[in-house]
Amino acid sequence: MKLQFTIEGGNFSNAGHAASEIKKMLKQLGIEARCIRNIVIAMYEAEVNVVAHAFEGQILVDIETDKITTEIIDKGPGIPDIELAMQEGYSTASKKVREMGFGAGMGLPNIKKNTDEFYIESTVNSGTTLKMINYF
Amino acid sequence: MQISKICQLLSARIICGEELSTAQIERGYSSDLMSDVLTLDTDNLLLITGMCNLQTIRTSEMADIRFIVFVRNKKVNDDMLALAKENNLCILESPFTLFKASGILYQAGLKPVY
Repeated sequence: MKLQFTIEGGNFSNAGHAASEIKKMLKQLGIEARCIRNIVIAMYEAEVNVVAHAFEGQILVDIETDKITTEIIDKGPGIPDIELAMQEGYSTASKKVREMGFGAGMGLPNIKKNTDEFYIESTVNSGTTLKMINYF
Repeated sequence: MQISKICQLLSARIICGEELSTAQIERGYSSDLMSDVLTLDTDNLLLITGMCNLQTIRTSEMADIRFIVFVRNKKVNDDMLALAKENNLCILESPFTLFKASGILYQAGLKPVY
């Protein structure tokens, strides 16, 4: 089953919409609660990252019998140093993002922690693509 | 600890999810930082927070947290309430500070996450 969502940069009120929809679907499919939690936390963190840092983004979800693959492709400033961005506590988030309770530099490490496979590619002044796979 | 007892201890009122007032909560976590809340892997948790916006409700939805107490007299808005109801969350509002609310609950036996 393939699904697609769009993310609007800067629009915090919609952040989490895709993760919420996916959570409902996975529940209906009878996936174990802890597995769902890992998947939707990773997806939600990724959505918040796009809202916080990029201009726009797309989420492509593919649910198969044994796994879920999610790609989050954004158009934005990109990440100059991925290794640095993966360190807990490193953040370039704005004051507005921090006021929303995010931007503590926990997002990318937490996405990695909650996924079985995690890949990140980024081009400065173009955008960032995340690929996450979780097995059921 | 029962939700109704938490209400009594924190002079709190239930904004939604009243049917869960007899539920037993084992642990509490106090934070205004949703990034930290999303790193938890704990069931049967009460989130105690002064971060009162839609993303607090979203964060709880994702982290399977069903009980939230908003401290410092923060008021839940209509969008938050609708999302909380959709996800069957139980929401409390307390006039106490985060420090006072956490201290009272800890003293009364609510366990920390770590």
